[in-house]
Amino acid sequence: MTTTAESTTTTSQDETTRMTMAVAMNSALDLALDGDEKVILLGEDIADPAGGVLKVTRGLSSKYGTGRVRATPISETAIIGTAIGAALAGYRPVAEIMFMDFMGVCLDQITNHAAKLRYMSGGHSTIPITIRTTVGEQRFGAQHSQSLEAWFMHTPGIKVVMPSTAIEAKGLLASCVADDDPCLFIENVRLAFSQKQEVPVGDYRIPLGEADVKRPGADLSVITYGPAVHTALATAETLADEGIDLEVVDLRTLIPLDMASVMDSVAKTRKAIVLHDATTFCGPGAEIAARITEELFGKLDAPVKRLGAGYHPAPYAPSGLSYLPTSDELADTARELLGY
Amino acid sequence: MTDTLPTPVPGGLDAQRLREAYRTMRTIRAFEERLHEEFASGDIPGFVHLYAGEEASATGVCMHLDDRDSIASTHRGHGHCIAKGVDVKAMMAEIYGRRTGACQGKGGSMHIADLSKGMLGANGIVGGGPPLICGTALASKQQNTGGVGVAFFGDGASNQGTTLESLNLASVWGLPAIFVAENNGFAEATASAWSVAADNIADRAAGFGIPGVIVDGFDFFAVHEAAGEAIERARGGGGPTLIEVKFTRYYGHFEGDQQSYRLDEVKQARETVDCLKAFRSRVTGTGLLDEAGLESIDGEVFALIDAAVAEAKQAPRPTRSDLETDVYVSY
Repeated sequence: MTTTAESTTTTSQDETTRMTMAVAMNSALDLALDGDEKVILLGEDIADPAGGVLKVTRGLSSKYGTGRVRATPISETAIIGTAIGAALAGYRPVAEIMFMDFMGVCLDQITNHAAKLRYMSGGHSTIPITIRTTVGEQRFGAQHSQSLEAWFMHTPGIKVVMPSTAIEAKGLLASCVADDDPCLFIENVRLAFSQKQEVPVGDYRIPLGEADVKRPGADLSVITYGPAVHTALATAETLADEGIDLEVVDLRTLIPLDMASVMDSVAKTRKAIVLHDATTFCGPGAEIAARITEELFGKLDAPVKRLGAGYHPAPYAPSGLSYLPTSDELADTARELLGY
Repeated sequence: MTDTLPTPVPGGLDAQRLREAYRTMRTIRAFEERLHEEFASGDIPGFVHLYAGEEASATGVCMHLDDRDSIASTHRGHGHCIAKGVDVKAMMAEIYGRRTGACQGKGGSMHIADLSKGMLGANGIVGGGPPLICGTALASKQQNTGGVGVAFFGDGASNQGTTLESLNLASVWGLPAIFVAENNGFAEATASAWSVAADNIADRAAGFGIPGVIVDGFDFFAVHEAAGEAIERARGGGGPTLIEVKFTRYYGHFEGDQQSYRLDEVKQARETVDCLKAFRSRVTGTGLLDEAGLESIDGEVFALIDAAVAEAKQAPRPTRSDLETDVYVSY
């Protein structure tokens, strides 16, 4: 476990520059394309002038050609299947599925092929693909807004990564592309442009499977990842005024899941809330909460709580009725647990 | 089906290549006939779907392929494996669920793969293979190897979106991809005459702007010729082709299938249009091969299958720890 994102070892200590998350991911892809002829990109609208729906691939087809940065028809299954086939032939494809809700269209190629071919072939197949996708905003409606990472955590054979900051987006995406297993890299519309940080300009990688304590604290552990990390950090500032000291653990990678870091944190604070934008019911928090309870039962001062999206599709209407867990809900739940 | 071989031999196959074709078809037939018996004995732990009757398709296509080329297969994949050069003993051991199998017993009949032979895998998902072939074909195109990707799929898969997306993408990108629709008349128990909303699967090629060809699947030479033209075109940058191979499978969808959905067409096919009988008749008629030579191949094939079964039955089973590896390269 590292203590802060910034302290993570870099493979290059070169200059940094201020980047949005979208630009940081573009930088990771640019370096991957530059460093390895076998890296190719494919997806809908990824070539210039569109450059991707969040502009993450902007400029890359102009720089590396439309042979390596390939626009596709709207054919999610063919996109993923092509990436898998090219991987079997020695390539390192990065495929983009525009929104995570569209994963249902190509789920068979991901779960029955990318995730299982290695096992079914007795280890003879290697599928070094990265699937980039985006979780949208509630205002896009129910078919563009759901955090579906639990679907993929439930299928052995694929890694699942969800960054919360620009620097981690670059470091984790670079690691996904270089990884020999299929990786699902989940981006977020809200964070793509709101997150800005000093990010290394050169090659920079963060190992998969390592959580990061974004805020050390003594009283209660918030286990979280992705955009909810920022909900947790904001709540921690609010509660600090009340004398409540939250520890915020950013998982960063859901598969492999760094349970050792989670256990270290909760063993210290003896109280835990798992917070995410995924649906609470059968969400990643259900597994994490169960594991905490199984391993730390005697050390807990309070029940492990889960906070996530409600058990209904994402509604279009905002009207203050947030589909996603809010800072207020997290603060109330923290206060409740501190009362035990 | 004629009794005499036109001169020159279609496809320009010499005696040695004709013997190879016969050996491949005979190996597939013997492998499947033996599995039919072994399955009935209860020794095979899982599902098997037999390719008997369809040998001319895998053989006629794969005779044109080499190490540059890859194939994607189906749940009925034994024939494709054998035709692409996968070791018969490793296949048999795999079907018996043994550690010595092609996939260490973790794949089974429906997932036999051998990447070293360009055999991406049999596939338990109907329509799972065509998208993969777009990827290997893309790799060949990127590297200018002249290699092709061949997707074998059935009449059932011809109705899957995966197949149609792949045909479209292969055409849009001009990929060296060959789509071989093996229409054996039934998708499980559903007749293709009902389920395919066109007179022929090959007719759909026009909708993707690529050539579509219909071939008599019992005629090795017809398949070989059609596949040769398509593969040569693809190797030269001419893009994909959809080949529809029409025939009948000799057994049920799976071993144990009661086949209430069809009548006695199999008996008739075995007697009148069987690909092995037709092949023998044509090649011996020219004097290129003689009956004694073919029977010698038969004997070698039967001995190989006997040995494969005997070795598979004696081979060790995977251990619990074997079954927990190969999920990830690193974790």
